[in-house]
Amino acid sequence: MKKGTLTVKAAALVIWALLLFAPFLFQDVRQIEVAARIAVFIVLVASYDLLIGYTGIVSFAHTMFFGVGAYGVAIALKHMGAGWGPVLLGTAGGVVVTALLAVAIGLLSLRVKAIFFAMITLAAASVVLVLASQLSGITGGEDGMTYKVPELFKPATKLFTDEAGKVVRLWGVQMNGKLAAYYFVFVIAAVLFWAMLRIVGSPLGTVLKAIRENEGRAEGIGYRVVAYRTAVFVIAAVTAALAGSAYALWLKYTGPETVLSFGIMIDILLMVVIGGMGTMWGAVIGATALVMAQYYLRDLMEVAAGATAELPLLPELLNPERWLLWLGIIFILLVYFFPAGIAGTIIDKGDRKAGA
Amino acid sequence: MSAVVARAGGVFWLPVVLAVIAFVLIGVPSSWLTLTVAGLSMGLMIFLMASGLSLVFGLMDVLNFGHSAFVSFGAFVSASTLAALSGWLTSGSLTLEVLALALALGAAVAFGLGAGWAFERVIVKPVYADHLRQILITMGALIVADEVILATWGGVPLAVPRPSFLEGAVIIGDSSIEVYRLFAVAVGVVVYLGLYLMLNRTRMGLLIRAGVENREMVEALGFRVDRLFVLVFMLGSALAGLGGAMWAGYQTLITPDLGAEILVIVFIVVIIGGLGSIQGTLLGAIIVGLMQNYVGFLAPKLSLASNMILMMAILLWRPNGLAPAAK
Amino acid sequence: MSLLSIKDMSVDIGQYSILHGVSFEVQEGGVFVLLGRNGAGKTTTLRAVMGLWKPSPGSVRFRGEDISGLHTSDIARRGIAFVPENMGIFGGLTVAENMVLATASGKFDASRLERVYTLFPALKKFWDKPAGALSGGQKQMLSVARAIIEPRALILIDEPTKGLAPAIVDAMGEAFREISASTTILLVEQNYAFARSLGRDVAVIDDGRIVHTGTMAAFDADKDLQDRLLSLSAFQEDHE
Repeated sequence: MKKGTLTVKAAALVIWALLLFAPFLFQDVRQIEVAARIAVFIVLVASYDLLIGYTGIVSFAHTMFFGVGAYGVAIALKHMGAGWGPVLLGTAGGVVVTALLAVAIGLLSLRVKAIFFAMITLAAASVVLVLASQLSGITGGEDGMTYKVPELFKPATKLFTDEAGKVVRLWGVQMNGKLAAYYFVFVIAAVLFWAMLRIVGSPLGTVLKAIRENEGRAEGIGYRVVAYRTAVFVIAAVTAALAGSAYALWLKYTGPETVLSFGIMIDILLMVVIGGMGTMWGAVIGATALVMAQYYLRDLMEVAAGATAELPLLPELLNPERWLLWLGIIFILLVYFFPAGIAGTIIDKGDRKAGA
Repeated sequence: MSAVVARAGGVFWLPVVLAVIAFVLIGVPSSWLTLTVAGLSMGLMIFLMASGLSLVFGLMDVLNFGHSAFVSFGAFVSASTLAALSGWLTSGSLTLEVLALALALGAAVAFGLGAGWAFERVIVKPVYADHLRQILITMGALIVADEVILATWGGVPLAVPRPSFLEGAVIIGDSSIEVYRLFAVAVGVVVYLGLYLMLNRTRMGLLIRAGVENREMVEALGFRVDRLFVLVFMLGSALAGLGGAMWAGYQTLITPDLGAEILVIVFIVVIIGGLGSIQGTLLGAIIVGLMQNYVGFLAPKLSLASNMILMMAILLWRPNGLAPAAK
Repeated sequence: MSLLSIKDMSVDIGQYSILHGVSFEVQEGGVFVLLGRNGAGKTTTLRAVMGLWKPSPGSVRFRGEDISGLHTSDIARRGIAFVPENMGIFGGLTVAENMVLATASGKFDASRLERVYTLFPALKKFWDKPAGALSGGQKQMLSVARAIIEPRALILIDEPTKGLAPAIVDAMGEAFREISASTTILLVEQNYAFARSLGRDVAVIDDGRIVHTGTMAAFDADKDLQDRLLSLSAFQEDHE
């Protein structure tokens, strides 16, 4: 295997390993939040990369599908009460709605220009966001909704107890429902990621690349481009919806800000570009880098703003609220100068050296 | 059948059809009139914002996702100008009030021209003909622009002062019609006519129309389309700024979220109308403006969704929009 | 000095190499015919001269000046006109607007306009009609008319007879003969009879390379050469 590819895969596997042992390595509540968010966003970004990197489709509706999955579980749990039945029903409902939406949008607009597709998905996503905020009877409106999750995931649940009836600790970690919830999210994320790796390695992945490289030629060879594109759009959408369902179970809260907002779409875009389009492994790196930045860059900026408080304008620009400004600038520079992202750049450099 | 429809003006009768259906559903003529004027004024303001996007796309195949930033900046620049001149607005002198309004709108236009030039040179020029990177980069620029607005004007809603001669309403029969809406209609119509004359009576307009159809051939006839394109981009940005300024006065209270809301509506408009032609854009804008107001009255929660559904239906019927430029 | 000198011109489009070392010289005056099978690289050659594809540096000289790196509009301003295969008509514009675009100043020279009217009376008739409503032959006339409304030194014409009725092809031939008295024409043509009736010099391109150059008369006399280079079955001896 080429050296660059090897480096990237190794880095991604290290991240997965860290996620696997996260509850034992990082015992702070906030750090577990970060780990769970990374796991969910890896899936989200990898599924988005199926579209943008592997097929050359630009969609702005990925959060919409993520949100539909989350809202499916949330609404079921809220209105039917805690239990596995509502979880399954909500997930299934979310997946069905997602698939229908994706097929409709795909068949309707994947035959028109790519740029139309981007605009249409953006419009569709905003409509769903507005509807979720307005239909408060069903969705909880702007405030979203909190709900009870199945017994197993409650922090008070004891997975293992000692003779005294107290929860068992393993290397100082309580074997409680929170741990179960984390591993639930982790396993779902790992399985979905593995499934996507299989997809891009399969003949379907090869066809998608052929379509991206030269649409007319692929059509000439006899591939039905619209059908393939719609298929991959549906696969990516359903994957995003499943990630949303898992995230809703983890957060025990679902609202427009956490699963539907345009901010999340921007996060996904940043992650996929930072990690590198067209490499599943890049998604792991991109998601990790940006989630870490989201949680820790703000702290850093706070310090910097404090240190420069005497200077004009600078503190305002370094205000932690303005972190998106800097991400936006980094994003533009990346697209200009490193369109291959972190993973792509490492792969190019390493492989070229190995080849020389 | 379709030939008959086409000869009678074809799709350009759609707003009328929409108005007639709404008249039946609403049932109260005075409410209907108020809503229709509101829809027209909203439509013409959206036309200001969308026309530039449409022309820019038509001429160079460039779709600027950052377009709505010019709308937001236009709104805030003109609001700040009016606030700075609030003494003139309360002086009681009509001359000073008109002057303040003209300066505010002028500031938005001037900002659009300058920022449009910089944006085209720095952001768009390096990614002509690369749609994927174009979408990503202009989207990145939108994020940065929105943050700059937040940093400059803060996240709190900003009140927009209005000259007193644009306050109030005129009563026609049982319906009251806000003066500002009539003003918006007037500005929109004047700009449309100006654009129409520019495109159809001047050499630059001729070049633009030809360039939209076939850029290569215009170059083979000896003209630099890319240089023309900068001018069109500046013009489009200036119109977006003007649209934003008008919108600010209409809303009277603006927040930095304004751009994102507008972007979606503008996209729906250009998809419905067809990219590259100002007639199509005007048609799309008026349809969307009317739809938004009628549905907003009949079923308030569905107004944005109704436009989305309308867009989907029109795409099924005509994948390139109702009246796109000939390509 | 030749009017147009192409030396070792290569053109890559994306990852494909379309032309690999095309060389020929076009002398001032008359019609120079570029022949070749479908996909041999004729259209690419014209587009590369016009700067619409990027030719290899230094490979195209016009009146001695290297124009290989120039912008298409600057090439046009040096006196080269282009009549593309798809005619490049602006269908949404009127015939008059199409014509006025082709003038550098926006004003017509009365005598040149009169010449266009004489050559192509149909254009005068439909002067204020949208060009999109013209017939295929009229569009071709408009495209050629645009190329001669200003004084030009060289006109590149790509398959002007494609899909036209015989009567119109004959009229087109007459027009080209008249035009070539004052302006050099570089003509790409599949219709051999048409090409033979007009051409003074000829070059044959095959698989991105020039495989023959010479006079039309000599080429026409040598049937073996024609068969070998053109596999004439692929050509239209007569009009379809």
